[in-house]
Amino acid sequence: MKILVGVKRVIDYNVKVRVKSDNSDVDLSNTKMAINPFCEIAVEEAIRLKEAGIADEVIAVSVGSNASQEQLRTALALGADRAILVETEGVVEPLNVAKALAQIMAQESPDLVILGKQSIDSDNNQVGQMLAALTQRPQGTFASKVSIADGSVSVTREIDGGLRTVKLTMPAIVTTDLRLNEPRFAKLPDIMKAKKKPLDTTTFEQLGVTPKQHIQLDKVEAPAARQGGIKVSSVDELIEKLKDEAKVI
Amino acid sequence: MRESMEFDVVIVGAGPAGLATAIRLKQLDADLNVCVLEKGSEVGAHILSGAVLEPRALNELLPDWQALGAPLNTPVTQDRVYLLKEGEIGKQIPHGLLPRSLKNDGNYVISLGNLCRWLGQQAEQLGVDVFPGFAVAEVLYHEDGSVKGVATGDMGVSAKGQQLATYTEGMELHATYTVFSEGCRGHLGKQLIDKFDLAQGCDAQHYAIGIKELWQIDPEKHEPGLVLHGSGWPLEEASGGFFLYHGDNHQVAVGLIVDLNYQNPWLSPYEEFQRMKHHPLFKQYLDGAERISYGARAITKGGWNALPSMTMPGALIIGCDAGTLNVAKIKGTHTAMKSGMLAAEAIHSVRAEPASKLEQTFADLFDQSWLKEELFGSRNFAPAMHKFGSFWGGAYNFIEQNLLGGKSPFTLHDDTPDYAQMQTIDQFTKIRYPKPDGKLSFDRLSSVFLSNTNHEEDQPCHLVLADESIPTGSNLSDYAEPAQRYCPAGVYEIVEGDEGPKFVINAQNCVHCKTCDIKDPAQNITWVTPEGTGGPNYPNM
Ligand SMILES: Cc1cc2nc3c(=O)[nH]c(=O)nc-3n(C[C@H](O)[C@H](O)[C@H](O)COP(=O)(O)OP(=O)(O)OC[C@H]3O[C@@H](n4cnc5c(N)ncnc54)[C@H](O)[C@@H]3O)c2cc1C
Ligand code: SF4
Repeated sequence: MKILVGVKRVIDYNVKVRVKSDNSDVDLSNTKMAINPFCEIAVEEAIRLKEAGIADEVIAVSVGSNASQEQLRTALALGADRAILVETEGVVEPLNVAKALAQIMAQESPDLVILGKQSIDSDNNQVGQMLAALTQRPQGTFASKVSIADGSVSVTREIDGGLRTVKLTMPAIVTTDLRLNEPRFAKLPDIMKAKKKPLDTTTFEQLGVTPKQHIQLDKVEAPAARQGGIKVSSVDELIEKLKDEAKVI
Repeated sequence: MRESMEFDVVIVGAGPAGLATAIRLKQLDADLNVCVLEKGSEVGAHILSGAVLEPRALNELLPDWQALGAPLNTPVTQDRVYLLKEGEIGKQIPHGLLPRSLKNDGNYVISLGNLCRWLGQQAEQLGVDVFPGFAVAEVLYHEDGSVKGVATGDMGVSAKGQQLATYTEGMELHATYTVFSEGCRGHLGKQLIDKFDLAQGCDAQHYAIGIKELWQIDPEKHEPGLVLHGSGWPLEEASGGFFLYHGDNHQVAVGLIVDLNYQNPWLSPYEEFQRMKHHPLFKQYLDGAERISYGARAITKGGWNALPSMTMPGALIIGCDAGTLNVAKIKGTHTAMKSGMLAAEAIHSVRAEPASKLEQTFADLFDQSWLKEELFGSRNFAPAMHKFGSFWGGAYNFIEQNLLGGKSPFTLHDDTPDYAQMQTIDQFTKIRYPKPDGKLSFDRLSSVFLSNTNHEEDQPCHLVLADESIPTGSNLSDYAEPAQRYCPAGVYEIVEGDEGPKFVINAQNCVHCKTCDIKDPAQNITWVTPEGTGGPNYPNM
């Protein structure tokens, strides 16, 4: 069985995001970038399936700039067998990513595609669903448990108010939620070995996809700074302030 | 048994010293197996400096740095030095009267973090294995006592010391030569200096704490390449000085360096810095501007008189880990890099001629280098400041650095360690610092927030107390537990509870400045490496 996992390069979750002074975008210059946490969970799940003898090949795919090689190498160090980079400069919109992944699915014929449910930079939560629609394959999103038996995959999904388990025929698309697993640390010898694992580069053009821009970024603004609290001296004053200043009652 | 890997040379710490070593080694012998281990999440994540770079060492290491895209974008255009008085800009010292060592013609305003990111890439292109995210926790020795290599720390251990689901055992890295370049107060360097008695015959090492912020200012007020230095207000009970550098992208770096030999336990370097920014000299730039980053780091400043022997069997200690900073210039980057290049040259030549000894080869190379000349020439600068105070010390330094060119016939000494200078609270009145206004000055927690500091919460505390009773015992009664004030990240707190005062260590906030390891009057706190990647994530510091 072959598994394809998606890997996105995003701003590290420890870094406080700052908006450029001209409000054109967030400022990413010299900030620490990392593998999107949900993608890391996807990689971990694929490797566990391989270690359990269920999968025999794990391919990591990223759509992004040349620098995304760094995150693909991380995936290789964690245990993926090979990697593919769809190299593109500029913003990658979900639909373009989904189209590129659909082409790679056609080339590689994986039995299972595991993606993060969303990336922590733009929080779109769209690629998995779009890919399922484009390829006409079943989807199990927000997975907190994945198990495979007899050519189908059972996915326990985190939904409002509980869990729902769906059984999908493969090839299928799964997107990961936070509780699916706890990713491992990469080990030094594996990081060295990862440098020698195959990493192929392709482009939208080579895949026959014409990326289209559907979204225009007008302006990015930081959330308003929180006002400091104040002390009121009596209940009456509190009510008065809630009425006249906060206008909530 | 831990897993192990073999290298020709293992380097601990990807600062300017360590990276210069790696690059020089590969330039001398492309077949060498060299790796660099760095505790930060990436190269540069833990680097904090001013910084005005003197490019001398870089010119020697990578002469075509410009073509290779080194981030030296802002040549120093103007140098101003001030003696501050409260509320007024005070005197600007005429350029002609500055000690030669304080002039910056030909230097660059840079982010040292970004220079290290770039040096890291150069090293990787030469085939060096650079491993960020791995803290080196332990030195390994051969049976004959020589250094065998190092071991990285275990990952996935709980606060109580139990193995978690993600437990990953540390790795041993064995090498013919190990180079320690952990920067100021390296926790392994400290052990080595002790074990091999490297500081025999040296004066006590001296330190300062440097606190720095990065501000995005009004483009109209920004003058790329303008460099301000000075001393005076607000520091009354400590020596030290400030800097304000106009870099690129309309950013300025502003900071205060406070010598850690201060005596008054009420003193708070952090709050001195916060109130300093209200002075008109800084306010003119910072008013209405946005603070974008914060951090702190200790500085090794004992210079020549405190410089330990830098070699031991199987290993070298270089850069600020040893103490190669030139105090007269307040610059340590070019000297750290040069020490690394000399280390590489020594290793290379000893490998070629196995009969020669590393100790002697390094000593010879060092003696013939400009590094030795530079450090020897500035040996009296800091002791003069300590001994004669800022004014007479300044006059002394002016004469020595300008008229004698650093070649005075005698040497001044200062042999009291910084921690031993702390006096008890009964000798001082408490210093009342103004409350932060949230515009120019801030509290510690909102500052630490901007350093992007994080540590995995469930791990053993990396600030180890030899005796748990001291913080609430003698440190509290004699010094009102000064850790609450000297720590720039609010890690230490005394909390009053039902059972009396309790000492709380908020280790996740630690920015790895090492001040507590240096200044605790009881020498009771030891900084050890937390899990790799933990600590600050400085972007452009
Ligand atoms: C506020 C301030 C302003 C300064 N201004 C200037 C200036 O204007 N010009 C100038 O030339 N110099 C300046 N300096 C001094 C300069 O920054 C230092 O001299 C220089 O950084 C020393 O280089 P280094 O490589 O020895 O150590 P560092 O730069 O400290 O690098 C050490 C590296 O080792 C890593 N490390 C440490 N321990 C371990 C471990 N156990 N395992 C793994 N990794 C580890 C650290 O994370 C770090 O990345 C300033 C310093 C400060 C604090
Ligand atoms: S705990 Fe020590 S090393 Fe960490 S920030 Fe505070 S003083 Fe610096």
